[in-house]
Amino acid sequence: MRGFLTFLAAVAVIALGYWAYHQNIQTQQALRDVERLQRAIVMERERLGVLRAEWAYLNRPDRLRELVDLNFERLNLLPMTPDQFAVMDEVIWRPEASAPIEDEVEDILFSASEAEDLP
Amino acid sequence: MTDPRRIALRPLARILEARQKGENPDVIERENLRLRHEQQRDRLRQRAESRLLVLAVCFFAAFMAVGVKMTALASSEPEEPRSATSGSSIISTRADIVDRQGRVLATNLVTNALYVHPHELIDPAAAAAGLAAIFDDLDEETLVRRFGSGSRFMWIRGSISPEQQQLVHDLGEPGLLFGPREMRLYPNGAVAAHVLGGARFGEQAVNAAEIIGVAGIEAELDEDLRDPARGGAPLELSLDLTVQSAIEEVLAGGMAIMNAQGASAVLMDAHTGEVISLASLPDFDPNARPRPLLEGDPSQSPLYNRAIQGVYELGSTYKLFTVAQALEEGLVNTQTMIDTQGPLRMSGFEINDFHDYGPRLSVRDVLVQSSNIGTARLAQMIGPERQQQFLGRLGLLEALDFEMIESRQGRPIYPSNWGQLSTMTISYGHGISATQLHLAAAYATMVNGGTLVRPTLQRQEDPQLGERVISEETSMALREMLRAVVAEEEGTANLAEIAGYEVGGKTGSADKPNPQGGYYDDRVIATFASVFPANDPQYVLVVTLDEPSISVLGETRRTAGWTAVPVAAEVIRRVAPLLGLRPQTVDPELAYSLSSASQ
Repeated sequence: MRGFLTFLAAVAVIALGYWAYHQNIQTQQALRDVERLQRAIVMERERLGVLRAEWAYLNRPDRLRELVDLNFERLNLLPMTPDQFAVMDEVIWRPEASAPIEDEVEDILFSASEAEDLP
Repeated sequence: MTDPRRIALRPLARILEARQKGENPDVIERENLRLRHEQQRDRLRQRAESRLLVLAVCFFAAFMAVGVKMTALASSEPEEPRSATSGSSIISTRADIVDRQGRVLATNLVTNALYVHPHELIDPAAAAAGLAAIFDDLDEETLVRRFGSGSRFMWIRGSISPEQQQLVHDLGEPGLLFGPREMRLYPNGAVAAHVLGGARFGEQAVNAAEIIGVAGIEAELDEDLRDPARGGAPLELSLDLTVQSAIEEVLAGGMAIMNAQGASAVLMDAHTGEVISLASLPDFDPNARPRPLLEGDPSQSPLYNRAIQGVYELGSTYKLFTVAQALEEGLVNTQTMIDTQGPLRMSGFEINDFHDYGPRLSVRDVLVQSSNIGTARLAQMIGPERQQQFLGRLGLLEALDFEMIESRQGRPIYPSNWGQLSTMTISYGHGISATQLHLAAAYATMVNGGTLVRPTLQRQEDPQLGERVISEETSMALREMLRAVVAEEEGTANLAEIAGYEVGGKTGSADKPNPQGGYYDDRVIATFASVFPANDPQYVLVVTLDEPSISVLGETRRTAGWTAVPVAAEVIRRVAPLLGLRPQTVDPELAYSLSSASQ
């Protein structure tokens, strides 16, 4: 009985040792992964920063103005002026499609029957 | 259970033997008992000793473990716990600056610095020739001399472009080395240059360098921008890049037409105090900041920010404050008639008007037609102490607390001995100097319903609602008068009348002081302080031209009404649609009675 318990304890120690070692290796691997990912993030952020800076540089007002002047014949872009604002009433809406004739007939009949009901 | 080795205390054989010999058998028993005790004692000691040994080994191992760990910690390089560094190294060292719509005004770019280990150069002469060919401003002979000076390390360039880096690589010299650098980049070039200021490298090491702001908001909020606790969040300014760029374009055009030395403009939200645009011409490129002038007038340098550093007499624009105070204190109402018979003599000094306005004008017309004599009469009623107090409450007597380092230099100048004569000249803006930004903030306070506004460059969400300086009613009366200055035929700023927007404002032309003393006859500072839309002012715009002159109908004109006003009108025409202001179609009379600017 005693021998069996000792054996069991020894097996437990070996198993726990293996488990702890395994966890250690896994942790180290995870840390290496994190480091690699962080390096990748740094690279991506740098790239993003460069792209953002480039976007801002390409969209700088001076350059846009030059491009507008160069392409004036095709684009006809001018600075915004107050008379480019409009109120809703000035908008010309697409004419509504005329309703089918049946509906109109029904409307007339309906109003006629209503008129009859009235005393 | 008996131990087989256990000695019987009274072994029968020996007892019998002892009895035969007549000896005392008890002696045998005692002897055996002694032996037994000795055996027992030896066994116990052995066990105790082995236990002590085990314990000693355990303690030794434990202390050794602690000792080894301590030695390891003490002798190894300190290292941050890796799992805890979740990105502090990822974020760049200095926060970006963006405008109110998130467009980048300043950002960082990773580049490389170039340095040399001369002792590792294989062919110093060829390296010097190659470098001189790549970088225009490097001199081959100087480089050869420096390489031969025995120094083991020297910087060549703080930051180089990728193309230059490739060219240096192609030289194939092992002694030319690169260090990573973060460089401050202003992608919009000269737009908003004065606000941003600029940056330079501070402490330099091979693998990093700190960036320090040298002027503008970069210098004022340097600590804040470098603070790692920001977590990379950009600094959001109240500026609008599009508006800023449009204003700079119009100002540059106006400056050329009016033959002015310089031009500046401040556009400010009348309620929140946000500075939407702050332009000063001539300007510079903050990516390659010019050196400050070492001699001569600093205001000749493009680095000089006229809107914030330029402390000038702002002339008749101050009349608004005099009228406001007279109305607020109940001394007059807008229709009270004021004596404008000139000239007005006061202790040997003569106050004149631009032209004769006749014997009397109403308070409203004193402001609309800009009568110096009339304003001086109002100031006489107010008196020096109360006038000083009022201007002080408006913040016109001390440097502004603004987010640009240069604003501390914009300290207003006023007479130390504020007597009756000073009161009268100050009432129309002579003998007192302040910056354009002071004026913009004071105008915002006058027209927004009467509460004090402090200008700021940082994005605000809500109106400031500061201390009340004048009442709603006075503010409304002032708005109506400012509108009349532009709208009426006799008003001094009727060139600012533009289709769609109701502009109100007040002109001011002051002679420039001569550094040798006195004033120039032919050099003026022309200012137009405007508000729009006049019935419910959202924005305050102050445009200043330095030494303008324009020839109209064969006559040289320098006053603000002919110079600053048309430029400001063009600015408003361009900028108001960009700010999303719809053109007004309301009947103006109705609008004044309905408006409530404090909303």
